[in-house]
Amino acid sequence: MAGGCAQVTASACIVGIGETRYARDKAWSPTTLALNLEASVRAIDDAGLRVHDIDGLMPFPGLSCAEEVAANLGISELAFTSTVHMGGASPVASLLHASLAVTSGAAKHVLLPSGWAGYSGARARQTVATDAQSVPGGAIARDYYIPYGLTAPPQWYALLARRHMAEYGTRPEQLGAVAVAMRRHAQANPNAVMRGRGMKLEDYLASPMIADPYRLLDCCLETDGGAAVVVTTEERARDLPRHPVRILAAAAGQPYPADEIVGRKDLFRIGLTSAAPRAFGQAGVRPADADFAQIYDCFTFEVLQQIEEAGFCKRGEGGSFVEGGRIELGGDLPVNTHGGLLSEAHVVGMNHVVEAVRQLRREAGERQVANAELGVVTGFGDFGDGSIVILAR
Amino acid sequence: MSARPLPQLTGLAGEFYGFCKVRELRFQRCVDCSAWRHVPRERCGECGSADFRWERSSGRGRVYTWTVANRSMHPAFPSDASVAPVVVEMEEGVRLVSALENCPPGELAIGMPVEVVYEDVTETVTLPKFRRRA
Repeated sequence: MAGGCAQVTASACIVGIGETRYARDKAWSPTTLALNLEASVRAIDDAGLRVHDIDGLMPFPGLSCAEEVAANLGISELAFTSTVHMGGASPVASLLHASLAVTSGAAKHVLLPSGWAGYSGARARQTVATDAQSVPGGAIARDYYIPYGLTAPPQWYALLARRHMAEYGTRPEQLGAVAVAMRRHAQANPNAVMRGRGMKLEDYLASPMIADPYRLLDCCLETDGGAAVVVTTEERARDLPRHPVRILAAAAGQPYPADEIVGRKDLFRIGLTSAAPRAFGQAGVRPADADFAQIYDCFTFEVLQQIEEAGFCKRGEGGSFVEGGRIELGGDLPVNTHGGLLSEAHVVGMNHVVEAVRQLRREAGERQVANAELGVVTGFGDFGDGSIVILAR
Repeated sequence: MSARPLPQLTGLAGEFYGFCKVRELRFQRCVDCSAWRHVPRERCGECGSADFRWERSSGRGRVYTWTVANRSMHPAFPSDASVAPVVVEMEEGVRLVSALENCPPGELAIGMPVEVVYEDVTETVTLPKFRRRA
């Protein structure tokens, strides 16, 4: 294999996955730390490792920190800690860093915990309002967006969705097709918050406007939950109990400028636009080779946009791509087979990584994609930061 | 309702809003390559030059995109389906987040011609806003 980067990332594997219960339950009220710890313990156990085998730690930005997680888990010898600051793109981007860490020898087993009390604690919609520095370029939001009432992610991305509708004829029914697909998948997932609550396109269209053109059912859930994975080398993975899932390639990218969302020359160019071709090129596969994709679905249009920018279709064709059941189980490209942030839970995208591993291990039960060999997971965060990992059985 | 959040009048933001206070919409323009820019930056994103002037905008632009404050996301901004944060693309090519006066969201359209007006929000802060023009 040519190219230094390809050699480095080709031999890392995900060997353990862990999830907590996902819920919106007023009687539960777990802490963010407890969710991170429970998911971590389960992932370490799933990997067939003990806590003291973990020597690398990459927590999600702003939700926990390495010192806190290590102290509460009892990890006494940390060789590598780092946190990627890309919002919802962080977990997938962290797989790039973790791969580099284990293949370079900087660490043996890297734990990536995510999760938060997003329902019983502070809500996502309030994050920027209460802490401008929670997004890169928070000073720009504070000085140029928030004074006009443009304060929260659904509003920022609604600006893009409307412009896409105007330029390419994208219709509300197409955004609705994304929401309906995620909800259908959640019905086959025992841990999905929206299991048992089916939804049709008519329900979607009848849901109240939140930030026009975004309706309530365009928006991800606010839930309590944690998810974690463990990364090590392919060589070490051979001695562990689970079928290892290989990281063929991982990449991250940023739009320009990344700290501001309305002034870009090309409004639709996001981090994934440059990261995806790098990842597919490095893995030596094409988007059409993927058996499924877990796409960061903070809002419906972002799924459509990432499908375009990752190269699953051309820009402007995302609306027709998501129609007709193509992204549903049984379709050409099942997307978010667990129900995603829209209908499983908002675990900042680490639940997408866990689901991809589960699919490639062929442990997804009634929602299993037949003969799944190759899967793609994306992350999307802040003002369009992007990340992508290509995983193989 | 909590206090309305305001820009912090320091550095380049202080300069930008300082002009607004005297009813002048000015954007940075690179001395070396003539590129206009907004939001304010220390250096030119096109050529890297640190030399710029605050040049007067025509004040005219067109609606580029918008959303509506259907659901409150911030304690200072109540749910109000009559309020639409807009993005305006100015004749100079830069875009800025703003709001339209006397234009309910139902009458908004991409490409609608608009011109700048000013709202004195406090004694020290004046925000540029826009209104329809023929």
